[in-house]
Amino acid sequence: MDYNFHWQPVFRRLPELLLAALDTLQVAVLAIILGIILGLLLAVLKMNATGKLKPLNWFARSWIELARNTPVLLQLFFFGFGLGALGLHLSPFMIVLAALTFNCAGYLAENFRGGLQSIPETQLRAARSLGMSAPKAYYYILFPQVLRNVWHPLTNQIVWAVLMSSLGMLVGYQELAGSAQYFASRTYRIFEYFAVVAVIYYILVKLILALSRLVAWRIFRGQGGV
Amino acid sequence: MIEIKNLHKQFGNLEVLKGIDLTVNRGEVLSIIGASGSGKSTLLYCINGLESIQAGDITIDDIRVHDPKTDLNKLRQKLGMVFQQWNSFPHLTALENVALAPRIVKGKSKTEATEKAIEQLRHVGLESKINSYPSALSGGQQQRLAIARALAMEPEVMLFDEATSALDPELVGEVLDTMRMLASEGMTMICVTHEMSFARDVSDRVAYFHQGIMEEIGPPEQLFNNPQSAHTRNFLSKVR
Repeated sequence: MDYNFHWQPVFRRLPELLLAALDTLQVAVLAIILGIILGLLLAVLKMNATGKLKPLNWFARSWIELARNTPVLLQLFFFGFGLGALGLHLSPFMIVLAALTFNCAGYLAENFRGGLQSIPETQLRAARSLGMSAPKAYYYILFPQVLRNVWHPLTNQIVWAVLMSSLGMLVGYQELAGSAQYFASRTYRIFEYFAVVAVIYYILVKLILALSRLVAWRIFRGQGGV
Repeated sequence: MIEIKNLHKQFGNLEVLKGIDLTVNRGEVLSIIGASGSGKSTLLYCINGLESIQAGDITIDDIRVHDPKTDLNKLRQKLGMVFQQWNSFPHLTALENVALAPRIVKGKSKTEATEKAIEQLRHVGLESKINSYPSALSGGQQQRLAIARALAMEPEVMLFDEATSALDPELVGEVLDTMRMLASEGMTMICVTHEMSFARDVSDRVAYFHQGIMEEIGPPEQLFNNPQSAHTRNFLSKVR
């Protein structure tokens, strides 16, 4: 064991690493926002197998199956090299965003479906009996209750998206892990860079968890918390 | 104002309403009694279009409920409904429970909806619970909240689906009192109920349902004291 730690080069690059961490956050947060919207849509489509919605129901089921049962890495490669082979070249940022969104929407759809099904059917009836259209009933009555039911899985998914975005370096996206890889390859301080980056990821996740708790306390305290 | 003609309703192969003819007049209080599974609650759901029908016709002020061209969201504003499982919205305070629909369905301003909601909550005796969430209310209070929520839409008819059946016995009275108050104010009401004393004291007419058929209808004195049908007699002898 004659390895000498050299932390100095890493600390010199700390500002760049922190900026890269912002890139990580940016792609993860965007993916989660899109994932929530698409996931809700997929959940509703998966639960409605009748009439005009039937082809969409099939589409939603396939999406959810693929997103949940194949490796994220392959999903990322599909949006990168797969689409590239078909002549559609996305930027590294777009590849990561598309893959994370695809994955998050699939997982969240199942969370939302569970959250929706745990709400008594009579809630929808009560809302409709007051003259609310179906979209209004979902928006004002069902979704807020789903949000409470899925708060913890949703938080997990946000954390998961942040951590998964590190795969982005494999398609050339210079987020936190990608930047570390780049700097490490120039200085050969591989262990030091990734150790520091691991700490940054850890802090990011802890911040997200704290924020999640704070927001939950703020909006659910009257209803007895989550 | 409500006219039901030869109404047939099926769930799959099970026919739960087998040709109902019934007219309810403005200001009338009609109680519907009968054993579980006799189709009473289903009738209410058909009246406000929460259930489809297979044959026959229901009109409310000459609007056909089950005509595909009818705007049900608009029609339902005339029909307040109170459920057996009170169905208060757990994520909203009592005030928000009542003020939401007038705001998002009728387009009232927040101030107006709030004022109106406070008035309705006071009406049913919940003025001290305005900012409570349903989880902090008793069953009886939640049911009165449901009544206030329906009233805030200024309905012309109130439909009560066994409004007291899921309540603890000591809480039944406060809900029945609220319903009595509404009746005395001249509200048109259709009450599916197992509370015979309520049906007897408050209703203008009582209908007895038996296996999807309206076996008998008439003023409470007649139906309770001098029932014409053997089924009615049999039912009443058991519930007394």
